[in-house]
Amino acid sequence: MIKTIKNGIIKENPTFIQLLGMCPTLAVTTSLANGIGMGLSVTFVLTLSNMLVSMLRKMIPQKIRIAAYVVIIATFVTVVDLILKAYIPALSQSLGLFIPLIVVNCIILARAEAFASKNGVMKSAADGIGMGLGFTIALSIISAIREILGNGTILGMSVGITSPATIMLLPPGGFLTLGLLLGIINVIKNRKGER
Amino acid sequence: MPALIGIALTSIFVQNFVLVKFYGICPFLGVSKKLDTALGMGMAVTFVMTLASIMTWLCQKFILVPLNIEYMQTIAFIVIIAALVQFVEMFLQKSIPSLYSALGIYLPLITTNCAVLGVALLNVRTASVIDPTAGSYTLIESIVNGFSAGIGFMLAIVLFAGVRERLESSDIPNSLQGMPIALISASLLAIAFLGFAGMSF
Repeated sequence: MIKTIKNGIIKENPTFIQLLGMCPTLAVTTSLANGIGMGLSVTFVLTLSNMLVSMLRKMIPQKIRIAAYVVIIATFVTVVDLILKAYIPALSQSLGLFIPLIVVNCIILARAEAFASKNGVMKSAADGIGMGLGFTIALSIISAIREILGNGTILGMSVGITSPATIMLLPPGGFLTLGLLLGIINVIKNRKGER
Repeated sequence: MPALIGIALTSIFVQNFVLVKFYGICPFLGVSKKLDTALGMGMAVTFVMTLASIMTWLCQKFILVPLNIEYMQTIAFIVIIAALVQFVEMFLQKSIPSLYSALGIYLPLITTNCAVLGVALLNVRTASVIDPTAGSYTLIESIVNGFSAGIGFMLAIVLFAGVRERLESSDIPNSLQGMPIALISASLLAIAFLGFAGMSF
């Protein structure tokens, strides 16, 4: 159980290792609050959809399984969308269209297909939590870097950078941050390989 | 007419779906290694986006709004898009086999392309320019927006594929090979598209 969770956070991190779900990763990471909000929303949807898919895995016919998964995921996404609109309208506003677009986030469909459809409910839930947290952590790292360099703040508090580079908040900054982070991860991996 | 041209130019350049709005990044990074596959993907996406804009608009106008169930939008639209992609695949296979063999393998991937769902949701959420009483885009505006968003996607993915083909033969530091250098070049491409940012139509 713990191993499955840890697997999702480190070894098979959906963002840094599997490179899944790139759209929200790049689009909403302009501030740490947005990154965490997006990460937790995905974690919620991923855990619940994994559990439901796993419960129904023997009932869903093989041929229409993808359509069935998509409807299950869309249901939970609608739940998140309505909850955010009701209780955290500011976050809902700044994430905008990317909340309903969680439906087409490849991480969720990939986990439903690759894990939940083959494993029991508890294991699938653990996988959902692990993958979701892995995604949340990745988003937090990217958005923290972008917020500090681009706006000179972290969670809205100033960190003392007097002339922040706005470009880090614009689309090119998103691509650049992720590209360089993946490069750094490769350096670490290569070092470990040498040892 | 000027309003429609404005929508088209905005979707293709100023608010480019991939490089400015970050919709459809997965296929943008995944199927851009070769120029001709990128072109095929771009064409398939444009085709599906235009059709999806029509179908989802009709669904919104004649089913969701009259029944007062707009909160079902996400579910309804994704089901429509999935069904549409399936139908397009079957139709092409039967009647235009040459186009099917060109686009075939990319079609199933399009269901999970967030650009398609994105444009459908944008169409019913953006205020209309032509008809201020309509609340959101009219049918013709939706079609133009869907088509030009697809063209914007194609433009970005084809340009990017051209860059990546060149990267293949260049000398890149070990740890930056593959995805990291691709993302960094995408960043440069996005800076180029920032040049359109000040323009409004």
